[in-house]
Amino acid sequence: MSIAAVRPDSWNFPLLLHVLGAMVLVALLAVAAVVLSAALRSDDRAAALRLAFRTLLIGAIPAYLVMRVGAEWVASKENLEDADFAWINIGYSVADGGLLVLIVMTVLAGLASRRAKRGGAPSGLVRWANGLALLLIVAYAVALWAMASKPT
Amino acid sequence: MLLDCPAVSRYEWLLFLHLIGAFAAMGSVVVFSVLLLGGDRVAGQQLTFLGRRLWDVGGLLTLVFGIWLALDVNGYGLLDGWILAAFVLWAIAAGTGIRLGEAYSAGTGERARPLYAVMTIAVVALLVVMIYKPGA
Repeated sequence: MSIAAVRPDSWNFPLLLHVLGAMVLVALLAVAAVVLSAALRSDDRAAALRLAFRTLLIGAIPAYLVMRVGAEWVASKENLEDADFAWINIGYSVADGGLLVLIVMTVLAGLASRRAKRGGAPSGLVRWANGLALLLIVAYAVALWAMASKPT
Repeated sequence: MLLDCPAVSRYEWLLFLHLIGAFAAMGSVVVFSVLLLGGDRVAGQQLTFLGRRLWDVGGLLTLVFGIWLALDVNGYGLLDGWILAAFVLWAIAAGTGIRLGEAYSAGTGERARPLYAVMTIAVVALLVVMIYKPGA
């Protein structure tokens, strides 16, 4: 049996921001993956790709910022900014690497949306963006495992 | 790189699975938000499927592993005020979430905005209760 640990009240709001941002981010990645898949078979490919692009640009990137700011804030509350724990390193690696992947994915979706609007069929771009979305979801699941199990 | 990683305890597994469920439940709300914001005109069928399955999985995992955690952790009990509040919020979220999914499947999602609003408030309130644990 484990013993309940109660954290100081001042940690709660930053943690709420961090968790809420992460939840919205992962959900929007799933939405983008589904819409990108649908775009490959859709009659209105341009509209589907526009939705995927906007989901990433207007939704996922701001959610990432909320998650990342919340992470830094809660780490400062816990005096963990310079701590060398595996779970924190995993979190930072996934978050920082994830931002790069998220930006690349957004650019790919934007390019695909523009090509589809001109009547093209950007299947390659869509498949790459879709693959990156799925990769990021798996990476965030690993980060979640690290946050829950906190390996040292 | 080798991690100095002791075996994951039962508590950590329970917490991880509970959190996976929480992510899926909040994910369901986000998917319904995208549907309401116009996603239903572009990929309505696929997004409705995703939103419904996320609630099915998220609702089940949060409830099962939440109860298990409450029983497993010394200091928490199923009759604690914040856990009872979570049960009520979960029931509201489940009732509205299932009906919202059915409405979207039937093509009447636009008229289910009140259900969406209640589900969103219930799920966000659940998250707040889980983090703040009032009275714990």
